Amino acid sequence: MLETLVIMLVKIGVVFGALLLTVAYMTWVERKVIADIQVRLGPTRVGPYGLLQPIADGLKLMFKEDLIPSQVDRVIFLLAPSLSIIPAFIAFAVIPFGDTTTLFGLLSRPVPLHITDIDVGVLFVFGVASLGVYGIVLAGWSSNNKYSLLGGLRSSAQLISYELSMGLSVVGVLLLVGSLSLVDIVKAQAGVSWWFGLLPVPNWFLFSQPVGFCIYFCCALAETNRAPFDLPEAETELVAGFHTEYSSMKFAMFFMAEYANMITVAALATTMFLGGWLGPVAPSPVWFLGKVFFLLFLFIWFRATLPRFRYDQLMGFGWKRLLPLALLNTAVTAIAAVRG
Amino acid sequence: MELLIFAGLALVAGVSGLLVVVQRHAVYSALFLILTMGALAGIYILLDAHFVWVIQVIVYAGAIMVLFLFVIMLLDIRSEQAPWAAPDRGRILVAVLLSVVLLLELGIAVARRFVLAPAGGPAVARNFGTTQTVGRLLFTDFLFPFEITSIILLVAMIGAMVLAKKRLT
Repeated sequence: MLETLVIMLVKIGVVFGALLLTVAYMTWVERKVIADIQVRLGPTRVGPYGLLQPIADGLKLMFKEDLIPSQVDRVIFLLAPSLSIIPAFIAFAVIPFGDTTTLFGLLSRPVPLHITDIDVGVLFVFGVASLGVYGIVLAGWSSNNKYSLLGGLRSSAQLISYELSMGLSVVGVLLLVGSLSLVDIVKAQAGVSWWFGLLPVPNWFLFSQPVGFCIYFCCALAETNRAPFDLPEAETELVAGFHTEYSSMKFAMFFMAEYANMITVAALATTMFLGGWLGPVAPSPVWFLGKVFFLLFLFIWFRATLPRFRYDQLMGFGWKRLLPLALLNTAVTAIAAVRG
Repeated sequence: MELLIFAGLALVAGVSGLLVVVQRHAVYSALFLILTMGALAGIYILLDAHFVWVIQVIVYAGAIMVLFLFVIMLLDIRSEQAPWAAPDRGRILVAVLLSVVLLLELGIAVARRFVLAPAGGPAVARNFGTTQTVGRLLFTDFLFPFEITSIILLVAMIGAMVLAKKRLT
């Protein structure tokens, strides 16, 4: 009993700490990668290769003056950053980041590398992620600022629109696995199949559900307010949108939430389409992290490459392209699954 | 332990439900409604109804309430302009009538549980709340109501679109 409790707490601590660290260093990775793409250097001053930049930024934000504008709705204004960051971290509770381990023989029995495995794992992630929009909407509303309000409204409309396609995009995977548990989904992707008897291809759902993966990835970009779907915070038209009035650590919390959400959707994509922790030779968490970071790199690459959508294009793309495509994908997969 | 958690959740649900009605400000009302939904979701967990719980969070807390908030903010409803700020006679009468009906229903439900069948309701299977069980029930025993509900929802949606569009081209 005590051992189980200790192991559980250690796992929660490790996941939480790793997530916070990754969030901090994602800012560094993002600035470095975009700098490379735009033929600049990026941060170089603080530490070797600017590696201490995130820590300097964090300290700076903590010591900055915390301004609260006079006409804001105080309670909600203070509540919104927390409402935005809490769901972003909770969603990670069900994501399996590795196979079982005994920590090189230290533990008496193997411990599975996930905080918990519930039978509605996929739905849990979607449910918690859908709560994250409240932080943004309420921040926009309570700031008593036209730009913020517009950002908040845009964000709620965008998230509702893309949540549908996102949910439908993974139905194909669920049909093939027959379970909503993320551990079962990873285990269903074990093994290798030979294409044309020559090319070894892992049984990842990326290869059997390519359309589903593409739809999921587009929706993931939109759900995390990343470019080219970053309309809620469009700097050029909305002056940073919903977080215009926020300063100091409250401003930083919105950014932490955005990066944590990015990591969550990337981890979910890894679990559902890229075989999760599965892979040869290297230990399972290494494979998991490698795949997640590859997807995060794609996120940054997209941001550096694509211009922002116009609002009507965004809505049209979500409702008239992605949604019918996701429905079609579901129908085709269902027919294929029934026919064997 | 279970009773304690239930009492806490029920208290949160009840109090925030009351605050939904009492609040003058529409946005605060919506927020307390979300809290009520969250507490109800907690009670579903206690009942081992995992699928219903997660659907409650996704559909009600995650989608419908976001739309509520969206509309409230879009119309920018201030408490002074709200039509319910000064209720008239007829509206109070309707409210009282509806409350009486609701209380009667609640009374009947409680009576059924504790007076007519004090031994407890029908025994439930261990896995009755899982996705598999709910899905199987929906597509076998309750297939007809399920499909009818979808059609009604579709009709409502088309109706809303027709009303919203001034001119059909």
